[in-house]
Amino acid sequence: MIPLLLILIPLLSGLAVFLLKDSPSTKSLALVSSLATLVLSLMAVFTKGALTYDAAWLPGLGSRFSLLQDGMSKMLSLLTAISFPVVFAATYKNVYQRSSAFYGLMLLTQAGLLGVFLASDALLFYFFWELALIPVYFLCSIWGGEKRIAVTFKFFVYTFIGSLLMLVGLLYVYAQTADHSFAMQSFYHANLPGHAQGAVFALFFIAFAIKMPIFPFHTWQPDAYEQSPTAVTMILSGVMVKMGIFAVIRWLLPMVPQAVHGHSMFVVILSVTGMIYASLIAIRQDDIKRLIAYSSIAHIGLMCAAIFVQNQIGLEGVMIQMFNHGINVIGLWIVADVIEQQLGTRKYSELGGLALKAPVLAILFVIMALANVALPLTNAFVGEFLMFNGLFQFNGWVAAIAGISIILAAVYTLNMIQKIFYGNMVEKTLVAVEVSGNVQWVLSILVIVVLVMGVYPQPMIELTKDTVSAIFANR
Amino acid sequence: MNAIIVSALLGVVMMFSGILLKNKSSLKYIAIGGLLVLLIANLFQTYGVYTIVVNSHDLLRFQKFGLFFNSIAITATMIYVILSGKDIENVGNYPAEYFALIFFVLCGVSILCGFNSLLMLFLGIEILSIPLYILTGADKRNLKSNEASLKYFLMGAFTAGIMLMGIALIYGATGSFGITSPVFINTPTPGSAPKASFLEIAGVLLLFVAMCFKVSAAPFHFWTPDVYDGAPSVFTSFMATVVKAAGFFAFIRLMEGQSAILGPTWKILLSFVIIATLLIGNITAVFQQSVKRMLAYSSIAQAGFMLFALYSFNDVAKEGILLYASAYSLATIGIFAVLIKLKDYTLDGFNGLAKTEPVLALTATICLLSLSGIPLTAGFFAKYYMLASVVKTGSGLWLVIVAVLFAAVSVYYYFRVIQAMYFREGVSETTEITSGFKTGLIFVAALIVLIGVLPSLLLNYFYF
Repeated sequence: MIPLLLILIPLLSGLAVFLLKDSPSTKSLALVSSLATLVLSLMAVFTKGALTYDAAWLPGLGSRFSLLQDGMSKMLSLLTAISFPVVFAATYKNVYQRSSAFYGLMLLTQAGLLGVFLASDALLFYFFWELALIPVYFLCSIWGGEKRIAVTFKFFVYTFIGSLLMLVGLLYVYAQTADHSFAMQSFYHANLPGHAQGAVFALFFIAFAIKMPIFPFHTWQPDAYEQSPTAVTMILSGVMVKMGIFAVIRWLLPMVPQAVHGHSMFVVILSVTGMIYASLIAIRQDDIKRLIAYSSIAHIGLMCAAIFVQNQIGLEGVMIQMFNHGINVIGLWIVADVIEQQLGTRKYSELGGLALKAPVLAILFVIMALANVALPLTNAFVGEFLMFNGLFQFNGWVAAIAGISIILAAVYTLNMIQKIFYGNMVEKTLVAVEVSGNVQWVLSILVIVVLVMGVYPQPMIELTKDTVSAIFANR
Repeated sequence: MNAIIVSALLGVVMMFSGILLKNKSSLKYIAIGGLLVLLIANLFQTYGVYTIVVNSHDLLRFQKFGLFFNSIAITATMIYVILSGKDIENVGNYPAEYFALIFFVLCGVSILCGFNSLLMLFLGIEILSIPLYILTGADKRNLKSNEASLKYFLMGAFTAGIMLMGIALIYGATGSFGITSPVFINTPTPGSAPKASFLEIAGVLLLFVAMCFKVSAAPFHFWTPDVYDGAPSVFTSFMATVVKAAGFFAFIRLMEGQSAILGPTWKILLSFVIIATLLIGNITAVFQQSVKRMLAYSSIAQAGFMLFALYSFNDVAKEGILLYASAYSLATIGIFAVLIKLKDYTLDGFNGLAKTEPVLALTATICLLSLSGIPLTAGFFAKYYMLASVVKTGSGLWLVIVAVLFAAVSVYYYFRVIQAMYFREGVSETTEITSGFKTGLIFVAALIVLIGVLPSLLLNYFYF
């Protein structure tokens, strides 16, 4: 029952908020709804074993409304459930025109995301995959920055082409299943012949690679992150990119194991290329949002590479890092939003000495930024350590090249901190004040998560262990 | 049989009600009542409650598939009249005749749903087309409407000639008009490859060309944009939906047996037509500034998808064409109903519609999402079934991928309208909009979403 409620609560409250008249209460209603989802997802985390829900949906097509919440799904639904209240609370002061539509669409996005993470029926999965996209399209196009329409449309077309190719792949595998069903287990046991595996792999992987995004499908991402309203950017980079990674682990790995094995080197090289490429571009950025966007591409690239090295330690690292990357990147976006709202600029060449004016913000931001560099004692260190370990077992040279990105990450992150918070105070920074209480609270909570997960990551490893071992048991 | 007789009678009733009634606005309600009677008559036959018995000497043969399709066509017409009835009255001075002609078109549709002989096919197509030539020219003081009507008539007459030539050749070769007669299929022994004479092949090809013209498949689509653009918008809506779907139904029924004559050439020929249709429809639609003209090209593009049913000819395809016809008709009727209310048919005319008329914008958006095949709308399952039917045949995966890429192109021009409505500044001017109209639109949008979530609701009736 919990998996169903996890989808229904945001879906129904989203529709309700969407139809309400604009008023301050929509904001609170959205926050309450997202908190209810958080409580439910925590309940799921503390329940032992996988949770399921199953109901008839399309009998003629062999598709059922079936949900499965195993370790990985629990972890990702927890991430989704944490992100939304955090985002709502951190941007509580932002005023949106037609706020009911804004919060309604946000909650619908949450429903779509949770559906993607919970669906264990391929057609249902595809439905939620699209349901998560449509509201985001409207959110970015209505409330985004200056170039929003063109940028968002590019984002939409990219992902839509990917989705359609995935649909063809779904149809093909469906035709090959023994019992003509979209159920996850039927897909796992479709036993596709070798050449067909290659084609299916390509159809699915393009869809997932666009969503992650993996080099060379990443070009929509920096523009989209920059132009979207910050609340949406947080969701896009914190949670939505995990859809691609999740889908690879959930669907691609067990469905076409031979093709995954055959293409592993190719994908790992693509991912590592993307990591280095994105890190180099990040160094040259002068805009906080674009820097975070490019650094995000680098981190996602590492996760993708660690999946395709196909060893247990790498996959464990991916599981932890999916959660931690979400927490860290949302923290970074919150600070970026605070700076932009207060000072009206995101260029760090126009900033300096902010630490004197806002010391609390500076401390919290530095911790988040160090987590982004994966310093020991922060959460990202554990994940990256495991992933690099997996990468090293796969191929030492690849691991060595990928390792350069750690150094590059330190370069661009520290450079940004230095330019924004330290150095000489410039004219723009003079008007800065300390951040408001609710942002301090939200950031403090995130920092606590960062530190706790950095010191004691074992619960997260335990939580996702069943998914990891199931994947390696099938081989 | 019921629907043929009742629709013809209702057409006559509508004509006379124009003379007897002074009040113009009551015509719409008579028409809606008539359509309801027609629907019930057709359902009576579908479920074997009561059927008017006429010995047609096997020229007509009614099956559940055809009757069910007919019900969809009648229901779509009913929704169309409910939404746009007022606009039909306002086209010209003879509203009663317009409604009468619509009933005659439905008579043609009913024949096409049950024809078993090439003669009946020809009759059905002509009964369907002639009222349309008149409706296209209904706005008789408008030069464009006249031009469209003449163009449509000349091209239609020419196609009728081609079709008759094809029928004559087939009759010459086989000595039969029946589409399911064993002579026609011409299989020497069951299971072996069919053998056909040159005359027969030529005849089937001519029929194929004529039907391609009727459903505006490329390269026989040239009349479509001009006619759709020139005709009064209300009638374009009708032509692009009910009439086109009926054409497709006849096409499938005709070719299901006949395509065997062409052997493997059939799929090659059809692949060419499908790709040409998708290419021309989608690419040309991208460059249109007028939304009405864009919808004309989009109807060509959608025809490309419907042609998949002819490629696969399996159960999935049959269910698919029912779903496609419903989904496409609903969405197109909805979007046209909104378009008619606007004063400016260009994309700029849609600017800022979300602010001035939020209900219209939202329902139009759902219709456009359905046309582009986004999940949670009926259009998704329509496309899904078409693609699935081809995948099921085991060949033609490349064709599916091509189609899917064109579906992505279609998103571009459908979303431009959404962008105009929601994201661009402007004051979109509309004619007066009643709350009844809004309710109707919301109903259509809800139906689209309902079929999009549970397509089995619609298809279950098929298996009753």
